Amino acid sequence: MKVLGRRDELACQQVVELVTDYLEGALSRSQQRRFESHLQGCEHCTEYLAQMRATIRLTGRLRAEDLSPQMQEEFKDIYRRWRSEAS
Amino acid sequence: MPRRKRRGPSSVDEDSELVARLRAGEEQAFILLVSRHHAAMLRLANSFVSSTAVAEEVVQDTWVGVLRGIDGFAGRSSFRTWLLRILVNRARSTGVHEHRSVAVGDAGPAVDRARFDASGAWMSPPQHWIEDSDDRMHAEALAGNIHRTLAELPARQREVVMLRDVDGLSSHEVCEVLEISDANQRVLLHRGRSHLRQALEAEMERA
Repeated sequence: MKVLGRRDELACQQVVELVTDYLEGALSRSQQRRFESHLQGCEHCTEYLAQMRATIRLTGRLRAEDLSPQMQEEFKDIYRRWRSEAS
Repeated sequence: MPRRKRRGPSSVDEDSELVARLRAGEEQAFILLVSRHHAAMLRLANSFVSSTAVAEEVVQDTWVGVLRGIDGFAGRSSFRTWLLRILVNRARSTGVHEHRSVAVGDAGPAVDRARFDASGAWMSPPQHWIEDSDDRMHAEALAGNIHRTLAELPARQREVVMLRDVDGLSSHEVCEVLEISDANQRVLLHRGRSHLRQALEAEMERA
């Protein structure tokens, strides 16, 4: 079967569009095999996949600041109002 | 008293314990729950409404809803999923920006077509900068770059990427919170992450 490209091989341009499905485990078994066999022979796509993983890691480092004491007070007010409403 | 987990995705067990203590009438449990989820809620709310002030109102409003509904929380989904769904509903009904009609956002390729030859092979392949990106020297610039790029993403991509990669939700949780299909979630995640990678690449090649 020649669905995509010659000898069923994926082109680099297709690989970069399948990276997320690959990382999400959403490729079919045969797609995954083709994806991985492409990576074995392609250092550039291997690098690309590593960059996507690095991107996910770097994005995961973002952290917002903790709740300020002032905001804690506001939320205590919310709680207390609710308590007096509920009782 | 359990230690508050200051970093990383919230653990389901700690939430359950705090919910139980909240139901028992403990004010401090409420404040701990708010603290654990505040950042993720504010980020998500910001994606739906036009200003941080409105986003903060949506977050507060959500917690009022949580307090009123906590006895009805059945625990079928995780507390966090339940909480964020309430938030999304409130944010949508606030309705300053309505994103539901935007299905998937832009449909550009993950990598500029000009970087491949006619057969689809790399002509201008990715350079090796990953180790450098872990270097402390670049940390601040990269964090700033990611913040800016996230802000520029179409809202739905931003929501999915933040929930998955910043807040650590599972794909299943994200689908529940945003009421989107699994396939849609993956497309949004793919486009959002691809944009971020491009931005980091540009930053690293400038450096």
